[in-house]
Amino acid sequence: MWASSRRGESVFRGLTTGSGVLVVASIALIGLFLLIQAIPSLLANQANFFTSTEFSTGDPDNLRFGILDLLVVTLKTSILALVIAMPIALGVALFLTQYAPKRVARPFAYVIDLLAAVPSIVYGLWGILVLAPVILPVNQWLVDNLGWFPLFSQGNLPVGVRGTIFTGGVILAVMILPIITAVAREVFAQTPRFHIEAAKALGATRWEVITMAVLPYGRSGYIAGSMLGLGRALGETIAILLVISASTGMQTLSLFDGGYTFASLIASAASEFSQPLPTGAYISAGLVLFVLTFVVNALARVVAGGKVNG
Amino acid sequence: MAKRIDLKDVDIYYGAFHAVQSVNLTVAPRSVTAFIGPSGCGKSTVLRTLNRMHEEIPGARVDGQILLDGENIYDRSADAVAVRRTIGMVFQMPNPFPTMSIRDNVVAGLRLQGVKDKKKLDEVAEASLRGANLWNEVKDRLDKPGGGISGGQQQRLCIARAIAVQPDVLLMDEPCSALDPISTLAIEDLIADLKKEYTIVIVTHNMQQAARVSDQTGFFNLEATGKPGHLVEIDDTEKIFSNPTEQATEDYISGRFG
Repeated sequence: MWASSRRGESVFRGLTTGSGVLVVASIALIGLFLLIQAIPSLLANQANFFTSTEFSTGDPDNLRFGILDLLVVTLKTSILALVIAMPIALGVALFLTQYAPKRVARPFAYVIDLLAAVPSIVYGLWGILVLAPVILPVNQWLVDNLGWFPLFSQGNLPVGVRGTIFTGGVILAVMILPIITAVAREVFAQTPRFHIEAAKALGATRWEVITMAVLPYGRSGYIAGSMLGLGRALGETIAILLVISASTGMQTLSLFDGGYTFASLIASAASEFSQPLPTGAYISAGLVLFVLTFVVNALARVVAGGKVNG
Repeated sequence: MAKRIDLKDVDIYYGAFHAVQSVNLTVAPRSVTAFIGPSGCGKSTVLRTLNRMHEEIPGARVDGQILLDGENIYDRSADAVAVRRTIGMVFQMPNPFPTMSIRDNVVAGLRLQGVKDKKKLDEVAEASLRGANLWNEVKDRLDKPGGGISGGQQQRLCIARAIAVQPDVLLMDEPCSALDPISTLAIEDLIADLKKEYTIVIVTHNMQQAARVSDQTGFFNLEATGKPGHLVEIDDTEKIFSNPTEQATEDYISGRFG
């Protein structure tokens, strides 16, 4: 009897350790796979991989590809999404944890979580067919009135084209809202009761309780949640591919440019992955995206793992 | 400053549950009143109605009158937030704001009242920390986080925070139950000092503590679980511990309870 229970223990330990190792190993193997596939193409590359804005892979003997434009478009869409989603998520999370009565908060939180369950292809369709026409006048107004500001200058797309980085950023904001809200809601709800009581007993209003007790406690969690959202925005593919128009023009600082992100470029070229060298060019781009999201997620962990309270 | 408290026919409910039944008592200004009694007898609940913290629990409500120098803090026009600004409270667990500096912790209540003058805030911080017998221990690290000092120091920091606004009343909910004996002694000495300026009500599980620090002691009891708690008697501390009127009090303080 004693022996059998020990065997159960070691089997269980083996299973759990195995699962853990498997996850770590698969991530390492994916990285390794990307690296091995990318190296021959990187060696054959005639352009500078980091500073070139070209991406021409039609002729395997004269590969010219660089990631600069992809990086710019990816960062513009993702950061715009973050700038829009972060304050909204903060507001929603504070409303749900501090203001809303329980019977309202629960269904409301459920609806927000449902946003995460909508397939990204649906976001893409909705974005280009519904949102983009609605946003177009806003685009135009910003260009006409605030065009002197680099972010709002006329981009590299012809006037009237709907799928801009701006539209893509708005769609991404909706897509990353649930994750940021969920994480923020979780940490705000865990604010120790005695910190809240301390503030209330001093005569703090609800808003003052939030600034004295809830936000200092939950700030790092909220930032970590935002980083996770950013990680998701960086890698979003199909919605961006549908929404943002291709453009041959130069990338500027404008939010009304078109273009490709890492992910949307790779997806758009997927049908041509027949020859190893051109394919490797896209894999190199994928490798950069992999490293980028890895770094962002690692940063999120560092922030979240930092001391929440003293 | 140092107001008198009167409770008249106070009944306290949590939803349908009748938690405390018809309490009548008076607390004189510049005195210490201790509430003692077994767990669940409602002594902390009564304490929490004195600054309207009790109503933070959904469904909680109070019948009767609680008068601060004759003014009902449950008056229709009285705002709970405004009431709490003039009544200080110290909790069982020391609860300084962990990320705020020691100085900012002390003046947090003053800031809520809109005081911005830095010189004034610094003066009050020093005076309050001196008042809480903490100044000498923390004067060189006022900018360090409030969560970084010992538990006993944290509790004195919380007392400093409570007295910084010069409250009319100071409430203490088992302030020493999470502290070691030395820190407890420091707090008890402090209570004796604070009594000169403040009206103090303290809930304690420790009868020796009640006997040491208070002028007046109220004994709360409940007949059975699920029945409301009530005030058995309240009298001079000396009388309660030597010759109480009620048999129940006698039984409780001599350990023959239950």
